[in-house]
Amino acid sequence: MSTAEDIRTPPVGQHQIGHHEAKPGEHGWTQTGVSNEKLGMWVFLGSECLLFGGLISTYLLYKRTAVKGPVPHQLYDIPFTSVSSFVLLMSSMTMVLALAALQRGEEQRCRVWLVTTAMLGATFISGQVYEFTSFVKKGMGYTTNTAASAFYTLTGFHGVHVSIGIIMLMSLFVMSLRGRLPQERSEVVEIVGLYWHFVDIVWILIFTVVYLIP
Amino acid sequence: MSAPTTTTEAAHVEHEHAHPGDGEYMLVALFLAVVTGAEVGLYYVNMAFLPYAIILTVLMIVKFSTVVMFFMHLRFDSRLFRYVFLTGIVLATAVYMVVLLTFHFFSGH
Repeated sequence: MSTAEDIRTPPVGQHQIGHHEAKPGEHGWTQTGVSNEKLGMWVFLGSECLLFGGLISTYLLYKRTAVKGPVPHQLYDIPFTSVSSFVLLMSSMTMVLALAALQRGEEQRCRVWLVTTAMLGATFISGQVYEFTSFVKKGMGYTTNTAASAFYTLTGFHGVHVSIGIIMLMSLFVMSLRGRLPQERSEVVEIVGLYWHFVDIVWILIFTVVYLIP
Repeated sequence: MSAPTTTTEAAHVEHEHAHPGDGEYMLVALFLAVVTGAEVGLYYVNMAFLPYAIILTVLMIVKFSTVVMFFMHLRFDSRLFRYVFLTGIVLATAVYMVVLLTFHFFSGH
């Protein structure tokens, strides 16, 4: 049977500030034993599953209902989208390397990986803009048919998420340049990293369900 | 270096060892790249729809799980995060499967 003291003590190894485990009343102590900010991000990501689940389902339902104009799967450029997917996957690796570098106290290296991640994200977004432009030139506008609307809404929402991620990464870079992102605050990078990886896993779903499966 | 003397120190050492190093992250990325290559390669193979869709779905789940477990550290972090995220995934899957079934998506009509 647990005592009141047991309940207040964070589970071992779950929430620590540097080498010191936070105790009741100290900064960083939480009832759950885990960081509130990190838990908040996970709750947010859990809710985002419902948002993207809705958008993917809508696309699946509408992709066969188009009555006029070209539909997305007639226009896909799979080799091009594959390269974009690869770029986004690699950005997940650079993101986690940025976190690992900061956790070791290598701030300079962390900045390099943060900028690399943002650049890879920007490359992905550029690819998406190119893809949308080429689809519009081929006659598939946002309102051409329901399949096109669902496609642009789904991939556009994902693109907006990537763009927000790039802004967050550049903010971290500026914070680090100003010396406001020391090793002790690596959790900030970890939380932004969670968001970035989530954007990546959503694209893993979209790439397979929307692009590869006819 | 002396051995950890308190539970907190021991936990911290354990925590540090639990996270992969740069080399392991690169190996995970390489694995993801290979799986993506396999997915794209499969796209150009002439095969029946059902096995094609099943294989692609399995590969997608493998990639998804790998990123979540290794890059998002869900394998090493508190179980609470795992439960919170899984709740979102399970809820979304259940709700939208019902939606798709309601609209006869899987019957092909």
